[in-house]
Amino acid sequence: MSDVQTTLAHQFEDPDQQHEAASLGMWAFLITEIMFFGGLFAAYTVYRIQYPAAFVTASHLLDYKLGAVNTAVLICSSLTMALAVRAAQLGQRRNLIVFLILTMTLGTTFLGIKAAEYTHKFHERLIPGPNFTPNVSPNREAQLFFLLYYSMTGLHALHMVIGIGVLTWLLVRAVRGHFSHEYYSPVEMSGLYWHFVDIVWIYLFPLLYLVR
Amino acid sequence: MSSPVKLPGQHYLNAAYGIKSWLLTTDHKRIAWLYLASITLFFFVGGFFAVLIRLELMTPQGDLVEAETYNKLFTMHGLFMIFFFLIPSIPAVLGNFLVPMMIGAPDLAFPRLNLASWYIYIAGATLALVAAVTGGVDTGWTFYTPYSSIYSNTNVVLAALGIFITGFSSILTGINFIVTIHKMRAPGLTWFRLPLFIWAHYATSIIMVLGTPVLAVTIVLVAIERIFRIGFFDPALGGDPVLFQHLFWFYSHPAVYIMILPGMGVISELVTCFSRKRIFGYSFVAFSSLAIAVVGFLVWGHHMFVSSQSVYASMIFSILSFVVAVPSAIKVFNWTATLYKGSISLQTPMLYALGFIGLFTIGGMTGLALAALGLDVHVHDTYFVVAHFHYIMVGGMVMAYLGGLHFWWPKMTGRMYPEWWGRLSALIIFVGFNLAFFPQFLLGYLGMPRRYHAYPEEFQVLNVMSSAGASILGIGYLIPMIYFIWSMRYGAQAGPNPWQAKGLEWQTPSPPPTENFPITPVVTEDAYAYSQEEAAVV
Repeated sequence: MSDVQTTLAHQFEDPDQQHEAASLGMWAFLITEIMFFGGLFAAYTVYRIQYPAAFVTASHLLDYKLGAVNTAVLICSSLTMALAVRAAQLGQRRNLIVFLILTMTLGTTFLGIKAAEYTHKFHERLIPGPNFTPNVSPNREAQLFFLLYYSMTGLHALHMVIGIGVLTWLLVRAVRGHFSHEYYSPVEMSGLYWHFVDIVWIYLFPLLYLVR
Repeated sequence: MSSPVKLPGQHYLNAAYGIKSWLLTTDHKRIAWLYLASITLFFFVGGFFAVLIRLELMTPQGDLVEAETYNKLFTMHGLFMIFFFLIPSIPAVLGNFLVPMMIGAPDLAFPRLNLASWYIYIAGATLALVAAVTGGVDTGWTFYTPYSSIYSNTNVVLAALGIFITGFSSILTGINFIVTIHKMRAPGLTWFRLPLFIWAHYATSIIMVLGTPVLAVTIVLVAIERIFRIGFFDPALGGDPVLFQHLFWFYSHPAVYIMILPGMGVISELVTCFSRKRIFGYSFVAFSSLAIAVVGFLVWGHHMFVSSQSVYASMIFSILSFVVAVPSAIKVFNWTATLYKGSISLQTPMLYALGFIGLFTIGGMTGLALAALGLDVHVHDTYFVVAHFHYIMVGGMVMAYLGGLHFWWPKMTGRMYPEWWGRLSALIIFVGFNLAFFPQFLLGYLGMPRRYHAYPEEFQVLNVMSSAGASILGIGYLIPMIYFIWSMRYGAQAGPNPWQAKGLEWQTPSPPPTENFPITPVVTEDAYAYSQEEAAVV
């Protein structure tokens, strides 16, 4: 019980209220995230309708195999994250630590593959701007596709980096034994965030790599 | 009121001393003070630009500043007033102070997040201030592309970054309010016993949470286009400038309701208290807030009637804009019905409330005129539009803010302000405001475009009237500032409930203790259980 008392903030009556508040707060935050990405998805829709041919040609220049591998990596990381939350709920400290490390490893793998992809595109001069020189026509509209590609995947990658930072913080707290089967809200809330970031990728992958 | 009342010995203001106890506080009441101080500062920054604008427009030649400087003046005026004053004012000051107290909670759900919101706000505002003093921005507060993203040679990125960062402050405040209102209500305080102030803040928070991120990402896109010269919005680069307008107004039209809805919440409290009557049609007022929040998201296209939008889209947006006027009108009708046969006492907050109702009605009715397609094409981008939104934002929002500040000042400080000066300032502001902005309706109807630093001579009389009114308005704003500061030390002690008002916040000492209530209150009656017999007491 002493654990519970030290982790109950002064403004709450009981741990249940605190947990529910954290949960609702996280969901509200995720809604803002949906709206945040929504602006980019709206832009993508508009330009895809305006320049369908250029977008198809440009999307052929992306390596869908790398994208598919990354999708698999992310889905696995969602699984390990879910297992980490379950370990926290059951108060299994060792399992929690293991699954957090696994999730972080998978997240880093995703970012590594993404970085390799970016480098590849850089060498192929697929960066929008005056030096954009693939053999695509119409060139200008293909640049728009790549602008959207970098904005959307870049924003997603930024969320991954933040997520890994959050997981590091969780890991430190887990090692110090801050969590118990009575207090695990931070793990659960971070899990929601991690799943959200995965889901964004689940939409990005087909939109950018697969839709022909 | 005659029996002497004492300040409580220990309260949130004297619970701790020193700069650190303020800058690191997680007490929502102290954070409200941090916001109050910073928002007042930015109000005067925005006001300073307004003074220069009105001075320039005294003469038709445009001899005070050059055209480019004038562009910067109205841009900075808009940026500071909207993003750093109007949007945060009532939610961040009165909302922060009152939302937990009105629902009987010791604090907001996430106190540290609340403090972080203030720091984020200050960081964003500082950047905008740096942008202003190092050359300014000349795009207009709307940042229309491709001018802002490619052609303007001013501090667009810096100012945009300031707005972007401040947006997060707004989002976090919204999340905090939503969670607090859902999860932290006192026992017995059901949804339909909530004060209407809380309903208004709930609806406002929904808009903050749904709208602000869209503005944030739009600003990021402008910055990307500007820094890398690659085109989202520049037609020369394959982009679509109208897309910017869609994304921008998707936030910025609902943002108008972020500004006015909390004001409506304040007015509901004031009208019912000072007419000693239960609010007429409580649930209609409550639901109309939600209706405004929802329908407000569907009307952004009325900013784009002349921006190549199809005529059918314009027709739909025109109809929806009429629809959003309905819940606003419901509120005005309900306030009027509450006043009817009430025992009205014309104290300072009530004067502000009555001023609000009048000015907001004028602003709203001219809004209908602008929502009508044909008329809008005639007065588009003229001073008619300027007058319309100043009637809503200054005549509405600022009046409500000042009314609310007067109403809850005794709760915030434990002291009264001088009533005579309060009434005088309300009167001066009302007169000054109308003199400043009513001529602008006429100017706009006669065809004077907005954003011009020089104009034909036949418009001068009305412009001079407007400038004269603006200076009266400015004096009206200074007076409360002076007596509020005076009252903090010398004002009469207020006691817990100087207005004999209903509501949980009046059941605790003024100023309240840090934990708001000595024991958690239990609510047993509906909101605003005023009765006419009690009226005799006041």
